[in-house]
Amino acid sequence: METIFNFTGIETSFTPWLSIIGGGFIGLSAVLLMMGIGRIMGISGITNGIFTSANTQDRSWRLAVIFGIMLSPWLYFLFSGKMVNIDINFTTPQLIIGGLIVGIGATLGGGCTSGHGICGNARFSSRSIVSTLIFMSVALITVYVTRHVIGG
Amino acid sequence: MQLIISLIAGILFGLGMIISGMFNPYKVLNFFDILGSFDASMIFVMGGALLTTLIGFQIAKKRGKTLTGGVFHLPTKVDIDKNLVIGAAIFGFGWGIIGFCPGSALPLVGAGNVKVIIFIASFITGGYLVRLMNKARAR
Repeated sequence: METIFNFTGIETSFTPWLSIIGGGFIGLSAVLLMMGIGRIMGISGITNGIFTSANTQDRSWRLAVIFGIMLSPWLYFLFSGKMVNIDINFTTPQLIIGGLIVGIGATLGGGCTSGHGICGNARFSSRSIVSTLIFMSVALITVYVTRHVIGG
Repeated sequence: MQLIISLIAGILFGLGMIISGMFNPYKVLNFFDILGSFDASMIFVMGGALLTTLIGFQIAKKRGKTLTGGVFHLPTKVDIDKNLVIGAAIFGFGWGIIGFCPGSALPLVGAGNVKVIIFIASFITGGYLVRLMNKARAR
């Protein structure tokens, strides 16, 4: 029980400018994918689509996006000399359970933070607005319960 | 050409996750920890992303077709159904436990982080389970 419910967090700093700039990059990627090939930059959808693709062309652009994201830390390393990595204190059961739940939710709900939260909202999709409001509130409640009720 | 655009889009997306720090699950979880170690960063990330996308999507719409001369593959569903609502709640719950979503996890997967690879493999499995359930229901 204890290994699953280990919810100790670590402090992070408020970084408004890096956040806006990083967000701009994310937005730019979504605009490029839309303007370029007419697709939504929704990572859950793109990832799931790899496995449900009807043909090679469809699977290929998806794999290219995913590969690009995985390549990015190496480009960042070339520019900054720093390799992104982080000491995560989550246990393996937590990672598996968390991953499964996120995967089930995103697939059932038709998208995640990038798909609904950014692209969908930018299109004024009512489905995405509702989805975003729900997953944001539930995440908030979940963090409150795990950190302040169950305790870390 | 399609593949080059997709690759660059992926790279930009990943760089955005890295620069903003959103690859760090604790920055995400602290955003939701409003009564504790609150870090407001994520709203600024979403703000920056939304502003760019709002403008960019309008420009794309006006053009009427893609840079490669093709059509826009936009979602066709419009109704707010049970799956959307339940899915969003489940996603929010998982996100609130682990602080990762697939987009934020992939840069770390690329960097070779084993723990995050476990998360992504589980994410993919979760998606697979939903498809399995849909197939079973359809019978």
